[in-house]
Amino acid sequence: MSSCHGGAPRTNLLPNPAIPLPRAAHDHPIIVAIVGPPNSGKSTLFNRLTGLRQKVANFPGVTVEHRMGKAKLKDEQEVFLVDLPGVYSLHPRAEDEQVTHDVLKGERPDFPKPDAVILILDSTNLGRNLVLAAPILSLGMPTLILLNMADDLALRGGKVDVAALSAELNSPVALVSATKGTGIDRVQQFLLATAAKLSTVALPRVELPVLQDVPKCRQWAAKLGVRASYKAPSPPLWTRRLDTVFLHPIAGPVIFAAVVIAVFQSIFSWAQPAMEGLKQAVAASGHWMTSVLPDTPFRSLLIDGVWSGVGAVVVFLPQILLLFLFIGILEDSGYLARAALIADRTMAKFGLQGKSFIPLLSSYACAVPAVMATRVIENKRDRIATIMIAPLMTCSARLPVYTLLIAAFVPNIPILRGVLYLPAATMLSLYVLGFLAALFTARMLKSTILKSQRSSFVLEMPPYRWPTLRSLALRLIDRAKIFLTRAGTVILLVAISIWVLAHLPLQHGKTPPLEHSYAGMVGKGVEPAIKPLGFNWKIGIGLITSLAAREVIVGTLGTIYGIEGDEPSEGLQKAVRKDLSPAGAVALLIFFAFAMQCFSTIAIVKRETGGWKWPIFQFSYMLALAYSGSWIAYRLASHFLT
Amino acid sequence: MRPKVKGRKVRSGKNVPPTVVHTLAELPMGQRCILDHLELPEDIARRLMELGFLPGNEVIPARRAPGGGPRIFRVDGSEVALRHETAARVFIRRDPESDLVVLP
Repeated sequence: MSSCHGGAPRTNLLPNPAIPLPRAAHDHPIIVAIVGPPNSGKSTLFNRLTGLRQKVANFPGVTVEHRMGKAKLKDEQEVFLVDLPGVYSLHPRAEDEQVTHDVLKGERPDFPKPDAVILILDSTNLGRNLVLAAPILSLGMPTLILLNMADDLALRGGKVDVAALSAELNSPVALVSATKGTGIDRVQQFLLATAAKLSTVALPRVELPVLQDVPKCRQWAAKLGVRASYKAPSPPLWTRRLDTVFLHPIAGPVIFAAVVIAVFQSIFSWAQPAMEGLKQAVAASGHWMTSVLPDTPFRSLLIDGVWSGVGAVVVFLPQILLLFLFIGILEDSGYLARAALIADRTMAKFGLQGKSFIPLLSSYACAVPAVMATRVIENKRDRIATIMIAPLMTCSARLPVYTLLIAAFVPNIPILRGVLYLPAATMLSLYVLGFLAALFTARMLKSTILKSQRSSFVLEMPPYRWPTLRSLALRLIDRAKIFLTRAGTVILLVAISIWVLAHLPLQHGKTPPLEHSYAGMVGKGVEPAIKPLGFNWKIGIGLITSLAAREVIVGTLGTIYGIEGDEPSEGLQKAVRKDLSPAGAVALLIFFAFAMQCFSTIAIVKRETGGWKWPIFQFSYMLALAYSGSWIAYRLASHFLT
Repeated sequence: MRPKVKGRKVRSGKNVPPTVVHTLAELPMGQRCILDHLELPEDIARRLMELGFLPGNEVIPARRAPGGGPRIFRVDGSEVALRHETAARVFIRRDPESDLVVLP
């Protein structure tokens, strides 16, 4: 069969007449869908083909995420690629399988039917992976079948006759390595042929088993494997060796704890130089603007409002990227599945299961993707419980607040014989606190309103793989974009409004002291409510603005102190020490650990749970927890700290 | 103290002899078996079948999570973790040439 060789248009394959040809005239750009089972390297391929020309999107009405990207082909042709969720079959049971099914069949009104499909399978376990080929090929669309991890297959002594498989399926088949890039030219050829609307791209013509019957599909796949002389590779020795260590009864949990501690320690020490550098750059550019601009209200707005507000937040970018880098490495290497396994027993005690651990871990970065990631949990009540506790995990937006307060109040002294420094230990205990609050809440919910039978835990352990630089870099660029967009929109807006509110109403044509400005009045208005927690009215202004997003408080304080005319070199840390007692700082840390100050999370929870009931419950619960928690913390800390 | 011991004895007396293995949950580590059938709710059964837990396939319990959590089973070219209660609903027959497999 020639269909797998060469890129020249092929004319020797007659499409199955029963299957209609793809539309000749396209009223939409060419779209090619990438489909594959979980852990088949789908995202790696997508990243390789699209690079930076991609973005994450959501299908309206459902929670399933997909990524769209543009693949640049040789002669300036463009093809849109859509990375569909990883599925084992097209049985419309779970939401993501339903979406994959509907998109491929052209049954989603909001998404045009793709022109072709790239089916990516793990060649090291071809027998089981080919099961997905049956429902995909039966769609009758031009399909390129990629057998990924070809390097791994060869290394471990496996073999497959690509030409024979291609002949069996009447579709082009290619061995590729998405990580190394070998065989990717074959994908380019397929995309070119699709873009040129060549009706000569072969349509699959296969005898298909009963699609809903898994054993029959598996038998069909096994038969195919035999005809393609598939020789399964030897077992992944390195994965087994690593598992012996990582899942060791004693070493396993110890390594897990060590990894977590190392991450937190390095977030503090490694990010420090970059953060200092950014801080200096923000300060220096502020000085420079002060010197070149005339002394007008506009200069004040730009420097005291925008520059101190947005700048105060932007300096935390290195820390957030470092955190996402670590989570990315854990996820891409395959360690996260092991972590879920280790966590299952503990999670079961709190009425949850190991799979809840994965969204909970990603909510260390951000609760929004975490809430979306809960769809791996089949049990609805488990899923809602996980959504309810996700925002209690310490997300990266809390980092700027924690860092500011810790740097301002916690002395840098070694503890535990210098293994850990007090600031890192404080940070770590805040993370633990959030985690414990989450578990406590889960326990409470699962034994009352979300009671259900013990659910099942079925999780495939993928082989360990080296995370690729490309995927990690794309992740970080994505994150940086989101963070800076937020700094440039929400935080900028808040900074400007705070500046305006802090300068009005004019008294005798001059700006009033902060205390008598509108912002001050609002702060004074909430002061009675927050005084028992040890916060004054300035912190009150910050608390109100931080309802939009937690890190906004840092920007707000930056703006307020900028207006108050503190020496810029004095910095936010020193300024905040004037307004908070050490006990108040402890209370503020606790408040931020528990409160749900994030519009984006509230919105996503509303969408995921299909109404206002759960987000309102969650917001009130977390506020009550935050208020009572920081009240107790303030009492205790006032007693012990002088 | 005494009734407790008594009670345990009575229970163990009612149990099937430990040498006859019916489900994946009872299978010792490293021992291969052939899967017979699943007695699970449809959706979980389907997911397990998609992962390779099909009648006639070989299954080997390969590892246990630290602290006695779920076990990892080798099946159809991959490794899948199952909780005890799920494995207890997966019925097996012994491989006629069953033997202890040496784990790496």
